[in-house]
Amino acid sequence: MSIAATTIEHAPHHRGRGTRALIQRLRHGDEVAHLLTLTFAAGILLLTSMLVYELWVNSHLSRAKFGWLFFWTRTWDPIFDNFGASPFIYGTLITSIVSLVIAVPLGIAAAIFLAELAPRKISDSISFLIDLLAAVPSVIYGLLGIFIVVPLMRTTIGPLLINTLGHLPTIGKLFKPPNYGVGFFTAGIVLAIMVVPFIISVSREVLLTVPRDQREAALSLGATRWESTWQVVIPWARTGILGSIFLALARALGETMAVTMVIGNDPKITASLLAPGYTIAAVIANEFTEATGDLHLSALIELGLVLFLMTFILNGLARLLIVATERGGGNLS
Amino acid sequence: MRKTILVVWLLLCLAATAGAQSSGTVLLNAAGATFPYPIYSKWFDVYHQQHPNIQINYQSIGSGGGIRQLLAGTVDFGASDGPMSDEQLAQAKFKILHFPTVLGAVVPTYNVAGVASELNFTQKALAGIFLGKITKWNDPEIANANKGVSLPGADIVVVHRSDGSGTTYIWTDFLAKVSEEWKTKVGKGTSPNWPVGLGGKGNEGVTGLVKETPNSIGYIELIYAVQNNIAYGKVENPAGKFVKADLAGVTAAADKASKEIPDDFRVSITNAPGPASYPIASFTWLLIPAQIPDAAKRDAIKDFLKWMLNEGQNYNEGLSYSRLPKPVIAKELKAISQIQ
Amino acid sequence: MIRLRLLWRKSLNAVMLSLTGVAAFSVVSVLFLILGYLLLHGGTSLSWDFFTKLPKPVGEAGGGMANAIVGSLKLLLLAAVMGLPVGLLAGVYLAEFGGKTFSFVIRYTTDLLNGVPSIVIGIFAYSLVVLPVKHFSTLAGGVALAIMVIPITVRSTEEFLRSVPSSLREGAMALGASKWKTIATVILPAASGGILTGMLLALARVAGETAPLLFTAFSNRFWSPGWGQPSASLPVMIYTYAIAPYDDWHRQAWAAGLVLLMLVLLANLGCRLALNRRGSVRSA
Repeated sequence: MSIAATTIEHAPHHRGRGTRALIQRLRHGDEVAHLLTLTFAAGILLLTSMLVYELWVNSHLSRAKFGWLFFWTRTWDPIFDNFGASPFIYGTLITSIVSLVIAVPLGIAAAIFLAELAPRKISDSISFLIDLLAAVPSVIYGLLGIFIVVPLMRTTIGPLLINTLGHLPTIGKLFKPPNYGVGFFTAGIVLAIMVVPFIISVSREVLLTVPRDQREAALSLGATRWESTWQVVIPWARTGILGSIFLALARALGETMAVTMVIGNDPKITASLLAPGYTIAAVIANEFTEATGDLHLSALIELGLVLFLMTFILNGLARLLIVATERGGGNLS
Repeated sequence: MRKTILVVWLLLCLAATAGAQSSGTVLLNAAGATFPYPIYSKWFDVYHQQHPNIQINYQSIGSGGGIRQLLAGTVDFGASDGPMSDEQLAQAKFKILHFPTVLGAVVPTYNVAGVASELNFTQKALAGIFLGKITKWNDPEIANANKGVSLPGADIVVVHRSDGSGTTYIWTDFLAKVSEEWKTKVGKGTSPNWPVGLGGKGNEGVTGLVKETPNSIGYIELIYAVQNNIAYGKVENPAGKFVKADLAGVTAAADKASKEIPDDFRVSITNAPGPASYPIASFTWLLIPAQIPDAAKRDAIKDFLKWMLNEGQNYNEGLSYSRLPKPVIAKELKAISQIQ
Repeated sequence: MIRLRLLWRKSLNAVMLSLTGVAAFSVVSVLFLILGYLLLHGGTSLSWDFFTKLPKPVGEAGGGMANAIVGSLKLLLLAAVMGLPVGLLAGVYLAEFGGKTFSFVIRYTTDLLNGVPSIVIGIFAYSLVVLPVKHFSTLAGGVALAIMVIPITVRSTEEFLRSVPSSLREGAMALGASKWKTIATVILPAASGGILTGMLLALARVAGETAPLLFTAFSNRFWSPGWGQPSASLPVMIYTYAIAPYDDWHRQAWAAGLVLLMLVLLANLGCRLALNRRGSVRSA
């Protein structure tokens, strides 16, 4: 940076008069830019703080009554005013994990195909269409889930999983009957379809920015196309790809409409992925408009706060992951 | 660049003025129950055609939502399938009047392998099924009421509403009346803690789940069942008779209650006495503030209520809702004067 | 030995590459499935009426969603005008100006904001914009959507600004350009492809959001003049119609879903055309 700074300082010397004014203006412009962008960045901080504040204040009744017990209690009873978050925390985590397990390999693989292998025109048009998927309203995904995925789960995929993986030792616990078609797994599938466009879109763009000489260097050393992609290009684009996964995870955690239509809406903690469940976002969507009791409302808002906390922790873990694996690839080196 | 700015500017102006209102239009915003949404939207539309300067914008966000938005003052009036409780009324900064509008019913719908006929459900059967105590279709409680029908020994899959709903309120109100265990264990409300079952979103969700899941049972609104040709069962009323929900049965349920209806119109008519009464029926109410400062809005609301009680009732049966009993209408017309 | 290893690497290459093709193909076929479904079920309801008439009461066939289409456009406009600049400039800050800890905090916060359920954002906008004035409005809906647009925009702006090769940066500086000038005239245009993708992705996402609008823009059976009255929107109409018991409404819901997609498609196309004419600089 100091080289650049001296460059600027030297240049005006050749312009004669108004040198001081010119430097002032240049510096001024930079400072204005700095201040402007800083304000907006800080604005985000302000916005989020206000949001958390609102959540905190409006959940006051529920926090006062239940305290930390809120996290462990398994009941959710609006009539007798007993509320607990654990079935919802469980459901949110499980559905998000399932959706990422499906969407991440699929998404990255598709992004690789589009960025590395497909001819440019095809890649552009396909990724254009995939971007469209992101605009499909959540409700429509929910309806498609009900009409297509749920019957499929109940008649085909569910029994298949029970009969194959269900018999294995530990994993088998995840695939036990009863199987209604709605449940954690179905919600995970629908979520995966919803988040995969984000992963593909962003990953593809990031892969395209990897400089050609990186690939060519690998290929000239005798690597196969795949090796060059997997061992050189992907690591270079690592942070961008991880970023897209965060985007996907964030969407999966907060997804409301589609999930509530296919998860069965049963606030219970079950090991089997084929069982019905409930997520935080789904219960808020279902009950918020009808909740009249102040404690009920407050408990729902506290759930929103809990989700916020979960996102906080998950993001922290994911960032640690990035820091741990960062070796300086892909930036301004 | 200049062209783009011009275009954007034009679009902005267009958007901002799209559908500019002429002066003299009275726009009323209302929110609440989903149960009577079909008839309300019909009424507001017909009324608007007769009075083009009055627009009533009703959104069915749920009974609880309607009550809450009314209390917050963001809507001009609300609607609810369950009457407001005393605590809720106390929360209001202003007095709120209840006006019954129509009568409706909730019916049990099912999908049992090999059963094509109508099933009879005793009160004990329904309570037991939804409590999770009666788990098989060929349980004696069900079988004895349906002699001649061969019921499978399969497990019953219960389906209920996942969203808080007035329909649920009516259903649980009935169950709480016929089963002491239900009353103490689960209670009545829009979002109970269901002992068993899958949750479907809206009538559509419940119907979908029941259709797709063999050996299941759920509950939906009568109008929904009728409009979509969905089979539903008969329910035992306090007189011991099995009644299939229809307009006559619902009106019969209301008749007795209407003679003793309290002044504030808050009454539950589930499990109503009488041999022809359908036991899972209910009024649904419009919630109107007793004081409306804006004269134009006040006049519009009062006029609409009068219209609703006279001409509006003619549309009920076409949409599978029952008319209000005459004594109730008369009482309501008098109550309109309370709105100032 | 070497031959064997080569064979292994070559077959791995073939297998992996074809798997990526399979992945891309499956995603695309799901997309076509969705589009096909929408076309099949909604295409028949698309008529001139749909685009020009107001909704009809329940049970009556016909009617349209003209007010919802205009409402959605207005909401998206608000979201874009309020949310995109914030996202863009914050992204610029993170990529170009930010100090280590402050940037970390901002990034973290942005990710958090992204994970908030849309209904919670709706509740927030409700308490911010609706309660104080005691009525629902298009503006409140726009605010809720703008909040949702910000995180995706920030992330992608930052990511793509960072991806601009340093050679471009240094070249500009060597010519004496100040920092902000470099950013504005060299770096931003170079990253514009990715940034635009991020913005369009963000708008596409909020175009279909229902929950945040339920308590802010509410909905309206009539036209909504200006920005201060409740307004109908396509996602809310889809939601209302889809869970209703009427076949005619279901078909209209699918049609609305189709229209929504078409809107986003047009916006996408329009932006890309505008961009291509200016030309974008990919990696050297």
